[in-house]
Amino acid sequence: MELLERFAAGDLDAFEVIFRQHQKAVYAWIVSIVRDTGIAEDLTVETFWRIYKNRFRFHPDGNFQAWARRIATNAALDHLRHARHETELPENLPAAPVADSAVRLETRDRIRKAFYELPGKYRLVATMALVEEESYSDIAQAAGISELLVKVRVFRAVRLLRKKLSSLGLKVNSQ
Amino acid sequence: MIDQETKKEMEDLLKQAIAPIKDPELRRDLWPQMLNKLNEHPAPAQNVPWFDWALAAIAGAALIFFPGIIPALFYHL
Repeated sequence: MELLERFAAGDLDAFEVIFRQHQKAVYAWIVSIVRDTGIAEDLTVETFWRIYKNRFRFHPDGNFQAWARRIATNAALDHLRHARHETELPENLPAAPVADSAVRLETRDRIRKAFYELPGKYRLVATMALVEEESYSDIAQAAGISELLVKVRVFRAVRLLRKKLSSLGLKVNSQ
Repeated sequence: MIDQETKKEMEDLLKQAIAPIKDPELRRDLWPQMLNKLNEHPAPAQNVPWFDWALAAIAGAALIFFPGIIPALFYHL
């Protein structure tokens, strides 16, 4: 019997093998959304728990990675919806170099504040589309929504951010 | 709708404040944590959604209170 078939049948050993194969990818996806290593670790475990709980719904011929990514996105979105306090980007995260170092610390703080105040569903698409540059189709598949809805949410997120930044005294392309 | 220029400007601003994460590395194996979670919250052997139970209950009640529909049901099966 194939590994995924054994997993779907409830074999814990098969689940362990799958867990070890996919934990890094799931963690990387979640950390790019929630931007906190500790929370991402907890959500990775939560994701795999949901995966194991719903193993009967998984078809062994299906794409496990896509299925896992969708469950991970839902778990991360649940966290963003319920997290009251803003999450700061930990310094130990490997970040790409910032292009323009001229942006002042104060301005960055304002942008971060506005960003972390976005509702979860907008923060999710804004992070993945604008910061991580994931394609709209990948975001749509992971979030279980249409590409059109991703575009709409990105534009709404930009509009909300512009309003918030404006109220914080930072003008973006004022027309 | 917001124009592409505003979107691009926002994208640049966001990237300067919230840098993209490059190759995040998982620092430890999470399997022991996973096992703890499974021990604390065991996954059910067969997960039947609540609406399936509700549907079965409604169907059962309909058969009990309206036995006249049983022949019609067999006809359509």
